[in-house]
Amino acid sequence: MKIAILGTGCAKCRQAVEVVRQAVEQAGVDATIDKVEEIQEIMKFKVMRTPAVAIDGKVMISGRVPTVAEVKSLLVPAEREIV
Amino acid sequence: MNDGCGKGPASAGETVAATIRSGAKETARTFGTGLMALGIWWLVYQGLDPFAKWVTFSLLTLPPGSHLASAVGFFVFDAPKVLMLLVLVVFAVGVVRSYFTPERARCILAGKRESAGNILAALLGIVTPFCSCSAVPLFIGFVTSGVPLGVTFSFLISAPMVNEIALVLLYGLFGWKIAAIYAGTGLSIAMVSGWVIGRMGMEKHVEAWVYAASGDGNEGEAEIRPTWRERVDYGLDAVRDIVGKVWPYVLAGIAVGAAIHGYVPENFMAGIMGAGAWWSVPLAVLIGIPMYSNAAGIIPVVQALLGKGAALGTVLAFMMSVIGLSLPEMIILRKVLKVRLIAAFAGVVGAGILIVGYLFNALL
Repeated sequence: MKIAILGTGCAKCRQAVEVVRQAVEQAGVDATIDKVEEIQEIMKFKVMRTPAVAIDGKVMISGRVPTVAEVKSLLVPAEREIV
Repeated sequence: MNDGCGKGPASAGETVAATIRSGAKETARTFGTGLMALGIWWLVYQGLDPFAKWVTFSLLTLPPGSHLASAVGFFVFDAPKVLMLLVLVVFAVGVVRSYFTPERARCILAGKRESAGNILAALLGIVTPFCSCSAVPLFIGFVTSGVPLGVTFSFLISAPMVNEIALVLLYGLFGWKIAAIYAGTGLSIAMVSGWVIGRMGMEKHVEAWVYAASGDGNEGEAEIRPTWRERVDYGLDAVRDIVGKVWPYVLAGIAVGAAIHGYVPENFMAGIMGAGAWWSVPLAVLIGIPMYSNAAGIIPVVQALLGKGAALGTVLAFMMSVIGLSLPEMIILRKVLKVRLIAAFAGVVGAGILIVGYLFNALL
């Protein structure tokens, strides 16, 4: 699984990276975390708000820092029903 | 190409139905808690004036009429008052904004003609959540999906300038007339400046890669209708986020305001910032542009300046250039705009602010 965190390096983007890192650890899934900071690269995802989180190239969250539980539920789709 | 302008995912209906079933009780509870919180807020707010008098004259036993009593009284009353107004309004606007997204604004504006588009964009700029760190992705998202350049600028100008914090503080400290004047003139500047920039045909001064950016991609986060509970959370998040960030500036601003209020003699500002000094308006704009502050920090200073005889037009111009034209935002926009377009943007908006300043100095 490839997770990309899109953001030009503002405080919220760093928070988002931290949240995703924790979520990956807690969920125990095998994922690579990529920080995308170059605006031209970010725009390839067609987001209008940063920070954004994309999983396998699909934007799941944009314009806010997600919670750890939220990201976990995205990583492990089965947990979605419980959360 | 799908711009994400559809009615949302196919399952939206289901989601809504589920929300209504499980959410009725929760919605009632949310509203009940909200009403109670509002009641407590109101009671505390009513108690601020007696509290400030008590602190100033009974607790600190400052002699009435002294400079210090005047400054302390101003601070003890205004600091909690402004912070309380801020919390209430940021929360309310946070809830309202959960109905608007930049994506939705883009859907509304794409393909709109100029003039009507400029008006709509300026209005949407008020209610759409926007932070200057997202200015670049938002700009690109707009222009690549067919929103005219000038219309995009109307949005970018009005979003920071006519914001809820400015309006509520103006209302709380000066009354609804000045708040309305500010909103009206701010919106007019955003509409007209955007229209003028559109007329100037500056499209070639947008960095070339921007228009190339509209390649393949997905449409971003699927829109799911939030529940009331989630909208309230959104509002609370906004309070934590915004008030948590601006409160030191507000206190600093009120402290400066209090010092001016207590120690600067009446009508001292009339000579420097009064309506009689023609150069005061351009000077206020020039000082205001490099100053970067949010509305919350600058308004207490504005209040003190007005109280000491500064002219309303000059003060409005100062305030608009501080919060509406910021150097950091221009530096961020440099990634997508060539210098000439940024200069045109600053020039047109600056000219608009000058006109507003002179207009109000002449009228009042």
